[in-house]
Amino acid sequence: MIPGFGLTLGYSIIYLSLIVLIPFSALILKTASGGWEHFWQTVTAPRVVASYWVSFGLSFYAAIVNGVFGVIAAWVLVRYRFPGRRILDAMVDLPFALPTAVAGIALTAIYAPNDWIGELLKPYGIKIAFTQFGIFLALTFIGLPFVVRTVQPIIEDLASDVEEAAACLGANRWQTFWRVIFPSLLPAILTGVTLAYGRAVGEFGSVVFIAGNLPFRTEITPLLIISKLEQYDYSGAAALGFVMLCVSFSILLVSNVLQAWNNKRRGIA
Amino acid sequence: MAGVSTLSLNANRPPRRATADALWIKILLTATTFVFFALFLFLPLFVVFQMAFSKGVPLFIHAFQDPYTIKAIQLTLLVAVIAVPLNTIFGLAAAWSVTRYRFTGRLFLITLIDLPLWVSPVIGGLIYVLVFGAQGWFGPWLREHDIRIIFAVPGIVLATVFVTFPFVARGLIPLMQAQGIKEEEAALTLGANGWQIFFRITLPKIKWGLLYGVILCNARAMGGIWRGLGCIGSHSRTNEHDAATRRDSLQRVSIRRRVCRRLSSRCSGNNHPIH
Repeated sequence: MIPGFGLTLGYSIIYLSLIVLIPFSALILKTASGGWEHFWQTVTAPRVVASYWVSFGLSFYAAIVNGVFGVIAAWVLVRYRFPGRRILDAMVDLPFALPTAVAGIALTAIYAPNDWIGELLKPYGIKIAFTQFGIFLALTFIGLPFVVRTVQPIIEDLASDVEEAAACLGANRWQTFWRVIFPSLLPAILTGVTLAYGRAVGEFGSVVFIAGNLPFRTEITPLLIISKLEQYDYSGAAALGFVMLCVSFSILLVSNVLQAWNNKRRGIA
Repeated sequence: MAGVSTLSLNANRPPRRATADALWIKILLTATTFVFFALFLFLPLFVVFQMAFSKGVPLFIHAFQDPYTIKAIQLTLLVAVIAVPLNTIFGLAAAWSVTRYRFTGRLFLITLIDLPLWVSPVIGGLIYVLVFGAQGWFGPWLREHDIRIIFAVPGIVLATVFVTFPFVARGLIPLMQAQGIKEEEAALTLGANGWQIFFRITLPKIKWGLLYGVILCNARAMGGIWRGLGCIGSHSRTNEHDAATRRDSLQRVSIRRRVCRRLSSRCSGNNHPIH
């Protein structure tokens, strides 16, 4: 056995305990200290429930849109050759690299009523910034790389012989895509969409700028955590944090299962 | 690859291969991608630069001479200088232990490493407030000894470490898994010790992956600098807005300030330009 097991594992565990485990147990204990009654009241308050819809619902739509356009983008980037392809490919990672607050400010500056696209849409009575649609846009922005980067390698690895076989057997291009290519992409697409969803649920920086943060309409759950902290309602904040943590953890679990499925499919293909 | 040709229109070209897409589909999909990217990626990036330089380069440079900005940039650099090496060492140790050995709880460890990518940064801040804040576990003890963590530099470092620690490990784990341990085992049978194996065999093999992880980690840790630029731009723009937008901007600003103050998250120290 290669040496270093005790050293590396020990260091990893100590580091993780200090940075993650101990603080998270503080969160759970703080939630518990408020009592069940208080916990339930906090997490089912009407304003909080409305924020769940904004956070989880809009993230869902954003993830679906990313699923569709991300797959198209991945397909185009892998299969076609056109000028600007490499730049486009590099741009995909932009939402990773750009601090989310900058993304939020930029999107607000584009879609606010007196700016750029917002100006164009104002005569038609369409508002984007400071509405739920604006939040949806921000969440789509930050989720895009997850879908493209998960699906891209799978398209690259697709064996061309199955496509050729399908063509030999008389399938047209659409049938080939739908019956042969799509099924082998599906696990990767689902993984990418789940990743994008998980990221969108936790997103904060870009959303607060474009959301306008109106209670019941464009207020996300993380923002409520902050306002609870602001009022020194630590156990309330911990309760909401606990709910979000549970949701994040289940999404993570689902994505790990999907990824295992994905790897298995890749192994067979 | 399925015989992909360029998108050039050529009347004399041979018939399309059965595994290639029709030209109109290619054009449609490529155009869709371009439009989607233009709306979601190019435009925001362009606006960021446009805002930062909207009052001309002198104002942009002037913003950097503001003592608050200088202080903020110094703080950001300091935080990155502390957080990035810590996370690099952790990333190496974690990737080594997870890919070289099989042990119970291995998957749990990998999941824990992933966690900060999933959890809202707000929760990242919240947990440290709960541990070190005035009402937290160590709050009274820290106050007695006059040590400030929350709303001070150590808090910012902690929050940055939390947000950025997965990047190095996440980059290295798949790489080291794919490379396998044959060469390391060969070195071991030839009598190399652990450090020799690491520095002579593993490190050269993973150096690019490691570099990429460190750069990503650093980009996230230093994010505050760019955030500062964005704030300067948006602030100067508010003058031109009507009252309604100004109110919205102010609301945004006050939220920002609250976030910065309460959580002393990554953005702390960079909030000065908008005060």
